[in-house]
Amino acid sequence: MSYFRAENLSLHFGGLKAVDSVNFALEKGEILSIIGPNGAGKSSIFNLISRLYNPTSGRLFFEDQEITQEPPYSIAKLGIARTFQNIELFENASVLNNLLVGRHRHCTSSLWQEILYMPSVRRDEKIHRHKVEQVIEFLDLEPYRDRVISGLPYGVRKVVELARALCTEPKLILLDEPSSGLNVEETTDMSFWIRDMQSELGITVLMVEHDMSLVSRVSDRVIALNYGKVLAMGQPAEVQSHPDVVAAYLGA
Amino acid sequence: MKFLFKTDYEDDIRLFPHSGYLWTYGTLLILIAAAPHFLSSYLVSQLVFVSIYAIVGVALLILTGFTGQASLGHAAFLAIGAYTTAYLQQFGVPFPVYFLTAGLLTGIIGAIVGFPALRLHGIYLVIATISFALIVEEILARWESVTHGNEGLRVKTIQMLGTTVPRDSPGFYYLCMGVLIFVILGAINLLRSPTGRAFVAIRDSETAAKSMGINVSLYKVKSFAISAAITGLAGCLFAHKLSFISPEMFTLQLSIEFIMVILIGGAFSLHGAVLGAIFIVMVDPFLTFLKDDIPGAIANLSLLLGAGAERAAAIEKSSAAFASANGLKGAIYGFLIMAFILFEPLGLYGRWLKIKLFFQLFPLYKRATFKRQKIYVKSERNR
Ligand SMILES: Nc1ncnc2c1ncn2[C@@H]1O[C@H](COP(=O)(O)OP(=O)(O)O)[C@@H](O)[C@H]1O
Ligand SMILES: [Mg+2]
Repeated sequence: MSYFRAENLSLHFGGLKAVDSVNFALEKGEILSIIGPNGAGKSSIFNLISRLYNPTSGRLFFEDQEITQEPPYSIAKLGIARTFQNIELFENASVLNNLLVGRHRHCTSSLWQEILYMPSVRRDEKIHRHKVEQVIEFLDLEPYRDRVISGLPYGVRKVVELARALCTEPKLILLDEPSSGLNVEETTDMSFWIRDMQSELGITVLMVEHDMSLVSRVSDRVIALNYGKVLAMGQPAEVQSHPDVVAAYLGA
Repeated sequence: MKFLFKTDYEDDIRLFPHSGYLWTYGTLLILIAAAPHFLSSYLVSQLVFVSIYAIVGVALLILTGFTGQASLGHAAFLAIGAYTTAYLQQFGVPFPVYFLTAGLLTGIIGAIVGFPALRLHGIYLVIATISFALIVEEILARWESVTHGNEGLRVKTIQMLGTTVPRDSPGFYYLCMGVLIFVILGAINLLRSPTGRAFVAIRDSETAAKSMGINVSLYKVKSFAISAAITGLAGCLFAHKLSFISPEMFTLQLSIEFIMVILIGGAFSLHGAVLGAIFIVMVDPFLTFLKDDIPGAIANLSLLLGAGAERAAAIEKSSAAFASANGLKGAIYGFLIMAFILFEPLGLYGRWLKIKLFFQLFPLYKRATFKRQKIYVKSERNR
């Protein structure tokens, strides 16, 4: 049994088949990339997995449990975290508070305990801050800890979003175009972080990415998508040279 | 400038980040405690209203400022707290019990209102809360067996620990201030714990909040319930202060005043609730001052400037007519709302922070420090 599996996954918007009978599986600990031209349905697959969209048909499994009917908030509780193509941060909060929201799935205090700020809340709070601090260190975010998001440059926001996802201590992480809008240096950092996430933190990675050099550097396998359909699946080099994929990118 | 050197997670969590805060708030506490001894009874009475408005302000900040759910129905929550008080008093229920019941019952009704409000955003939510308030107003006028309809209800003086606490005694003032301080402390605690962060997350991006594992519906309902419960407590105090309640005291106008408390004070900080409350409550004495003293002063001024006695009397008369015009309060409120939204979206507290920073950085302060930066616009697609 595979770690994560999508079975005949479809999503239609009226007549538009954004995702069309897609099948794929992820092994534990692997890095799988989804590539494809704009509008191919890549982000839609992510939105289906995080249950923001309801599939027209098909099923999703994670750790042998069906998640197709789960509400969006329990997806994070199961250990699946994500980033967004169009960054979705909490604009008017500090970086630290954004990351602490990432700890939400580990919070157990009740409303009354919080209103009275009981010792247990204080203790948990320190544990959360310690975990957040580890992520801040991992992603070199120290200079921005107390900055409010709305004043941060794009590149930093991308990293903060990744950090927030890591703060949930996910088992599977979904990265939607992690390098888009980043410069060469930032993209290199990103590729190291993605590798480290897999090797040091043992996280399984599913990512959507346009930068082919990043894809070939970090991915174990690649899926190519066009018009919601899987064109090819396999080793990065093999998929990139697949005739259908070449044709799709050339716009034929 | 003061730099805080943090060495412990506790540094970020504690109530007073450094000793300066202890001094400031300590002094404030002493002033509050001493106020009845050196202020006129009229001003102490105004301070009671300030504390009640500030309690509602805190409630509204939690719902609107921090969770991002606008409400123009808080007068109704206040009414429910007030009527619960007056109703339970008839059966000899002691003060602490009906005080807490007012909060609890209003909280439950807040949660019930929260459910249908789940699917509504922005202006639609505002309309829904207005309708709720109108329904409550109507029920108060019609359900005569409980509310006595438009005749209203008397509210008896508080009996506590064998003594009575009249509504204009220092005791009542201390009670209101005490409740305000407790509510503020509870709100601070809530806002620095997971629930408070979940509220802010929902305000800034529901999509992201969901994918971080926040049950958005549950937390919105929680926010409504907490906000309503606090307003219910304020309603109990309000009823005692007025000593008589009837449906026309809880109209849309009052809800608008509450929204103005946080708009003017600053909708992002609890300080805003208190500053806004002071401001709104003081509009009334200011208007009285306008009515009583200003026309005479203007007339004297025009005499000095060489106008004839007849002309000065005419000026006095017309300015008096202006100052006591019916819609003046509404017009002033409307003008203030527009001015704050246009020029000071962060409210009085935001202005204070800017002034503070100006002195800390002097002479290096740049005007651009607070220019709004729009580096990047996020998508609305997944809303
Ligand atoms: N909420 C929506 N309503 C209608 N159409 C949508 C919606 N979301 C995505 N689409 C359409 O689905 C297709 C796939 O979009 P998307 O998954 O975002 O593509 P990409 O591969 O670039 O991430 C596009 O044609 C897009 O216009
Ligand atoms: Mg996309």
